[in-house]
Amino acid sequence: MATRPRPLSPHLQVYRPMYTMVLSMTHRLTGLALALGLWLLAAWLWALAEGPAAYGRIHGLLASPLGLLLGGAFALAYWYHFCNGLRHLQWDTGRGLEKASARRSGTIVVIATLALTALTLAALAHAGGRP
Amino acid sequence: MAEFKLPADSRYQDVPGRTHAAPAGATRVKTFRVYRFDPDGTDKPRIDNYAVDLDRCGPMVLDALLKIKNEIDPTLTFRRSCREGICGSCAMNIDGLNTLACTKAIDEVRGDVRIFPLPHLPVVKDLVPDLTNFYAQYAAIKPWLQTRTPAPPDRERLQSKEDQEKVDRPSACILCACCSTSCPSYWWNSDRYLGPAAILAAYRWIVDSRDEATGERLDALDDPFRLYRCHTIMNCTEACPKDLNPAKAIAEVKKLLVERQH
Repeated sequence: MATRPRPLSPHLQVYRPMYTMVLSMTHRLTGLALALGLWLLAAWLWALAEGPAAYGRIHGLLASPLGLLLGGAFALAYWYHFCNGLRHLQWDTGRGLEKASARRSGTIVVIATLALTALTLAALAHAGGRP
Repeated sequence: MAEFKLPADSRYQDVPGRTHAAPAGATRVKTFRVYRFDPDGTDKPRIDNYAVDLDRCGPMVLDALLKIKNEIDPTLTFRRSCREGICGSCAMNIDGLNTLACTKAIDEVRGDVRIFPLPHLPVVKDLVPDLTNFYAQYAAIKPWLQTRTPAPPDRERLQSKEDQEKVDRPSACILCACCSTSCPSYWWNSDRYLGPAAILAAYRWIVDSRDEATGERLDALDDPFRLYRCHTIMNCTEACPKDLNPAKAIAEVKKLLVERQH
């Protein structure tokens, strides 16, 4: 006989952060970050169309240490979401869903994300260095 | 909207638990930190510590729980029956992972053994959660053979060896609820998302060559919440103590729903 309301058993508080679960949460979070970062990208494009004065202002903001950090984080979030999106497409075909293969493809996504982000930042730095 | 924090009355960190020391002379001692909730009392849930002499205890976590109940604290409440991984009664969260206490070796856990009820369920008492919703979801997928054609008069409905193999593995599910209650999507949406166990069961009948309600079964699953709250987090497959693959079964159902449109 229920004498008082039943408590809810602990969940996130006690569950071990499984590798594939953390990767899935990262996919969600990077998606959110991209949605927010899109506003920054839109502001940049708007300034580009608006003229030199507006562009100068937004460029100053984006070239500041905080702006560079945000840009780097945006690139990282973009590549993670992109690579993990490909992983989801593979899953949609019914493949790669065994425990070992899902972990392996997760590691490939992490490595590819870091490599593509490094390449992107290197390319931007190179372009930025030109007159 | 997902609620990440526990409600105030469900917090287990607020009330200090009781500690039961190991008997004198015990050399190999392991501490079991066990979630307790007494429905007849007024306190919030708490964590009790039981020091167990492993030299006088069986090898599995269930052996330790039984020893605690028999020799240290008879008020400790949990479900158990077969003690060999076939009934699914002793499913609980051990060392952060949902599994069966009877097939989880104590040696596999480093440090203290933390034991909680299956996650994100109403707690009846201690390690006993209320599985009413889970069973209702299983019933909702109509887990029985549905046919239109009359059965052959002289024999059973037969199927080939290959067709039998399709249902062989998913039929091994013991409905312990380890998978569904390991799934964050199920935590936030169990009122509308069927969860991995129920969908694996649905898949078992969808691929059964003798079943003649495949279309209706797929219709019943074709829903943004019932099926598509699965985001391939893979906790279900990682947790299954029978080594089944609900995540793959769900992916196969999604595939069948796409394929039947062409």
